[in-house]
Amino acid sequence: MSQMISLKIDGEPILVPAGTTVMDAAETLGIHIPRLCYHPELSLEGNCRVCVVQVEGFDHCLASCATTAWEGMEVQTNSPVIREARRDIVELLLDNHPKDCQTCDRDGVCELQNLAYRMGVRERHFEGRRKQFPIDDAGASVVRNAEKCILCGRCIRVCGEVQGVFNLSQHGRGFTTVVGPANLAPMDESACIQCGQCVSVCPTAAFLEQDHTERVWKALGFPRTEKHVVVTTAPAIRAALGEAFGLPMGTPVTGKMVTALRRMGFDAIFDVNFSADLTIMEEAHELLKRLEGGGPLPLLTSCSPGWVSFLEKFYPELIPHMSSCKSPMQMQSTLIKTYYAQQKDLDPRDIYVVSVMPCVAKKFEAARPEHVLDGSPTTDAVITTRELAQMIKSYGIDFTRLPDSDFDHPLGTSSGAGDIFGATGGVMEAALRTAAFKLTGRNLGNLELTEVRGVTGEIREASVTLAGKTLNVAVANGLQNAKVLLEAVKRGEKDYHLIEIMACPGGCICGGGQPYPPIGTYTMNHDLARARAKALYSIDSAKTLRCSHDNPDVQKLYANFLGEPLSHRAHELLHTHYTARTPRGIR
Amino acid sequence: MSECLPCSTDNWPDLERGYRAMLPREILAFIDAHRHQERSESMLIATLHQVQAHFGHLGPGHLEAVAQLMQIPLAKVTGVATFYHYFRLQPRGRYLINVCLGTACYVKGAEKVAQKLQDELGIRFGETSKDGIFSLESTRCVGTCGLAPVVMIGDEVHGPLTPSLVPGLLESYLARAAEDLVAEPSR
Repeated sequence: MSQMISLKIDGEPILVPAGTTVMDAAETLGIHIPRLCYHPELSLEGNCRVCVVQVEGFDHCLASCATTAWEGMEVQTNSPVIREARRDIVELLLDNHPKDCQTCDRDGVCELQNLAYRMGVRERHFEGRRKQFPIDDAGASVVRNAEKCILCGRCIRVCGEVQGVFNLSQHGRGFTTVVGPANLAPMDESACIQCGQCVSVCPTAAFLEQDHTERVWKALGFPRTEKHVVVTTAPAIRAALGEAFGLPMGTPVTGKMVTALRRMGFDAIFDVNFSADLTIMEEAHELLKRLEGGGPLPLLTSCSPGWVSFLEKFYPELIPHMSSCKSPMQMQSTLIKTYYAQQKDLDPRDIYVVSVMPCVAKKFEAARPEHVLDGSPTTDAVITTRELAQMIKSYGIDFTRLPDSDFDHPLGTSSGAGDIFGATGGVMEAALRTAAFKLTGRNLGNLELTEVRGVTGEIREASVTLAGKTLNVAVANGLQNAKVLLEAVKRGEKDYHLIEIMACPGGCICGGGQPYPPIGTYTMNHDLARARAKALYSIDSAKTLRCSHDNPDVQKLYANFLGEPLSHRAHELLHTHYTARTPRGIR
Repeated sequence: MSECLPCSTDNWPDLERGYRAMLPREILAFIDAHRHQERSESMLIATLHQVQAHFGHLGPGHLEAVAQLMQIPLAKVTGVATFYHYFRLQPRGRYLINVCLGTACYVKGAEKVAQKLQDELGIRFGETSKDGIFSLESTRCVGTCGLAPVVMIGDEVHGPLTPSLVPGLLESYLARAAEDLVAEPSR
């Protein structure tokens, strides 16, 4: 047991383990010291000074997040001096911030706005010059608005520490300090991999996703005879959408979500889970083919577009290892405009495909030149979970009171293996369920591969013996973790057959496009990730259909349209290729 | 499709060769000597000093070469280069104009002279005119307060100046630059 030290906070004596910060010590007493730049999953920076406290013997205030408690320390968290200092700090931040809360994307979910309210800021005492910077909104996925930036540095930290991309840094100095990519280049011309974690951790609206809601409203506004508007939802949406309507974290809302989409006027509501099952069929066969000597191992999964960008920019030499499977979203959109169009006798040009994704990078993926059909993008719009929630609210749908309903067919049927795609390790588990069947001719006795489950950052490994063959697999989420794994593979220390990588920490359930957690809960919070993962695993375990190869509509698709997995047609429609790109960042 | 594409994609040797070609041998030796030391990134500022001493400024290519060869994120490198006043991101012009903003010059209206210079040249402090003739910087007291407000162009002192004298002054240097060009066209 570590050494305990005693201190007093606001006159109350308390014992804490040595090394505890004043902020955390106060928290155990039920005192929540206001904070802004602090993020529990990132390194400490102590630059906003909002969390200042008074300490006996010091004539200046100390930042409680970055001050370790010491024996005999006496701390005041709410003295008149501190209250005034803290309020002045927030007011000074506000003075250099646009006064457009009502029209801001973060209105109501803004940490700065919330803090100003809690500090009792009711008027502006300071009026001065305000920083002015152009908005970079030309990017496919991420919009950077430096005027909203309060220089807390969370985006810089998440981009480097969690994602290993190091695309952002402060530039200039003093009043004109600005956060951006190298040379303040546009996001799409920088090393950015579009994961959107900067959007997730930003306390204000300095980083946002590129808005696609207007184009969706426009599509829905066309006469039904002119446009057939199809929506398709990713596995992770159902685990998080409810949070935007005040439901507890991790409430599964599949049925309500489908009903809401139907009320909004979509002509067909499909499930990307269907194509998750299809991805497994293709990817499992790709793995088996490579195991027979047909290609380089380990095989790397290719569902996460942030990870795909990362590979192309940082590990181009591993491109031959990447699965050639399109992401489930792109498989789904392609099938909507080919298979479904054929079934419904529709001209693909009259079909408008909207994908709902937990992901900011999917917007970039949809705009990639590989993903076109007859010259136009296969996926016409990608909205994040946040954008969908906003659209539902804007429509006036009372989400929590909605009855449940089911997806349309044929692209709405899915196995539990498709559902768990949204959590880190889920693709691996789903793939092994089908690989096991293909190798042994029967389903695994226990379908739940708990070795690859778990939403924290650790790299997870498992060995599965199937029909005398031992498969070594590994799973990583968060690209800094992926780097560690890939470097070990490159050095020859590890010998895997299959590696699943998801760009975002925790997987898609904690993607850059998921609802902002309520104030006081932070992105990457393990309880939040666990709750969302649990929602998906519970959907899976409640289904009778749990393996991708058992999905009857997937079987029909192969029988009537594609032939067999990896067939010429499947390759033409469901597979893609990758391109080495500079900049090659640091390793 | 993808399975048919021959992939030879490790572009690092090519990139590295290109980056090494952008820097002189002594700077490469400096980077190589520190590359594998602990906290080698702390040599960044020292490296940038050498690059600027060699080229006169830090161009985008130089910064990228330093970032890649030192394996420091480019955003960090451009962040550092833009933070320090000493680093210049643009080549310096033929004539460096230093406007004295020391107390005496300031009181005597240096700010108006500075504004006129910026308007005439179409640049701000720290920048270089499009034709590459003038760079504009500010300085503190040059020790000739009797001539306030003072402007130095190259190593020549001009003062006392008024905004109305600025166009003629610039004109004289432009003429000199044109003469030099005739005398030594290679420059």
